[in-house]
Amino acid sequence: MQIVALREGWFGRLALKGTATLAMVYILLPLVFVIWLSFFAQEIPSFPPDGYSLRWFFAIADHKVFAQGFVLSLQVGCLATVLGLVLGVPASLVVVRYPFQGRNIASGLLLAPLIVPGVVLGTSLYVFQIETEIATGYPMMGSFWGLVLAHTLIVIPWTMRLVTANLQGLDRSIEEAASNLGAPPFTTFYRVTLPMIRPGIVAAALFGFVNSFGNLEMSMFLVGPGRTTLPIAILQYLEWKIDPTVAAASVLQIALIATALLITDHYVKLSRVV
Amino acid sequence: MARLSLDRLTRSYGDLTVVDSVSLEVPHGEFLVLLGPSGCGKTTTLRMIAGFVEPSSGSIHIGGHNVTDKPPWKRNCGLVFQNYALFPHMTVAENVAFGLEMRQVEKPERAKRVGDALRMVRLDHLGHRYPRQMSGGQQQRVALARALAIQPDVLLLDEPLSNLDAKLREEVRIEIRELQRALGLTTILVTHDQEEALTVADRLVVMQDGHVRQIGTKRDLYERPADRFIASFIGRTCFNEGVITQAGRFETDDGLVFKVSGDAGGGPASLALRPERFVVGDQARSMDNHFTGTVEFVSYLGSSVDAHVRLGSSTKMVVQMANRDGYVEPSEGDELTIGWAQSAGLIYPRNQGPVSQGEEHS
Repeated sequence: MQIVALREGWFGRLALKGTATLAMVYILLPLVFVIWLSFFAQEIPSFPPDGYSLRWFFAIADHKVFAQGFVLSLQVGCLATVLGLVLGVPASLVVVRYPFQGRNIASGLLLAPLIVPGVVLGTSLYVFQIETEIATGYPMMGSFWGLVLAHTLIVIPWTMRLVTANLQGLDRSIEEAASNLGAPPFTTFYRVTLPMIRPGIVAAALFGFVNSFGNLEMSMFLVGPGRTTLPIAILQYLEWKIDPTVAAASVLQIALIATALLITDHYVKLSRVV
Repeated sequence: MARLSLDRLTRSYGDLTVVDSVSLEVPHGEFLVLLGPSGCGKTTTLRMIAGFVEPSSGSIHIGGHNVTDKPPWKRNCGLVFQNYALFPHMTVAENVAFGLEMRQVEKPERAKRVGDALRMVRLDHLGHRYPRQMSGGQQQRVALARALAIQPDVLLLDEPLSNLDAKLREEVRIEIRELQRALGLTTILVTHDQEEALTVADRLVVMQDGHVRQIGTKRDLYERPADRFIASFIGRTCFNEGVITQAGRFETDDGLVFKVSGDAGGGPASLALRPERFVVGDQARSMDNHFTGTVEFVSYLGSSVDAHVRLGSSTKMVVQMANRDGYVEPSEGDELTIGWAQSAGLIYPRNQGPVSQGEEHS
């Protein structure tokens, strides 16, 4: 019996390790290839490479669309993240703390952008913005702020999910202690609640930003002439050419997101909140 | 530091009244303990004093001021929570300074008072630490220092020791009591632990189902429990059911006749006896009541030994014997003569609900 148990334990461990390794390889392989490809010397990707070069990274600089797309994605991502937090954190507080009629519906709606396919979201926002423009005369469609507002919709559900989880785990008596020591409600929120849900907020900001930065489907419907986000710029480039410039641009994007993750993890242990 | 009074304080949730017309007068500097089983309303009462629960009716006065409608942050009550409730993102010193900051105490003065408060709980060398770097006992002392630093009118303690292990509990308990005395603080402690209650209290309030059942000193409660509930809740008691046939005469259901004191009227009654009031062996024969029975069960408790002695088909006594020199431990099946004074027995109206004979509460 003991031997069997031992062997089963050994087999189980091996199976677990094997599956985990396979999954990791499956996830990482495309990234590895993209990074490898970005250093290929030749224009048409083929294996084995003729040699290695950094020229595709310099080529990005020549493609103004990429640089402009990068800046736009960064601006939109940052603004949408800030807006999403400003709206999402109070919404999470209300949903967690104050029971009201239709609370489940409200929290479902706030999470919906995460579930609704990007194409559907894009189409409906497109129609909405057009109609708004017709009704009010404000040139919303294709505008910078129209795009920012749409991306805010991507950030809100991440804020709701992560901050809500954080709030639910919060010990209410700590806030009561602050109140007992003489802190009025807003002071308690600012000095005690907010610092305690910081991990959730930081994680929400990060995931919101990353999702906004990489969003393609929804943005496609909403960008205006001369206003292209990085993922769209990459897609448009791919329609004509498949040289490693795209790979190089992707590497930069991966590097940016990885850096953001690492920096965040340094301040807030992401594995604890996600 | 002030007098606290509750006047017919009541709290209901829908049809459920968790605190029912509780009135208390706590003089300045008194250590009062609210004691009762869980769900008796003691914590709700405390939270009403702190301002976290709004009373349905009644009023709360602290130092002569009506604070019933004041929010918690305007009450100046120091509250110590069961789970410490320290601010995890602040150091120990910052935790203690928080209340002073809210009172706009100037920085140099604040630092001095934080130091004083931490010195009181002997943690002045750990001010730079974060709560998570400290043991449970230390965290609870920080919480105490934090509550004391604001120089509260009333100190409120909500089961502050229940998360600590037995040894530490005793230590912190004594520390709290000494500090309270030294500072002359009006203090309310909530607990379900009668031992804790008995060690610290000047006076105790026993609550059950939202009502105050008895208020008194430890001696009052132990020697003269107002009702059967308190007799069973404070200390250990064994109950036997029977009838008062005439003044001073209690007949058990199985026909034994005991002499009892008191002028309880006739009719069905319960006789309550404390296990330590029995005398055994030859000395027992000189007592008002003495009977011989069979030892059914012996439980060794270290400093004492409990013998469960059956006197009749339904009458059973739990007898506590001190474990001193020359004492012979009875074995199960032995015959044992036990005796007790007439005055040791307490008579209560017979319990309404079904009661198992010879039941013991501890």
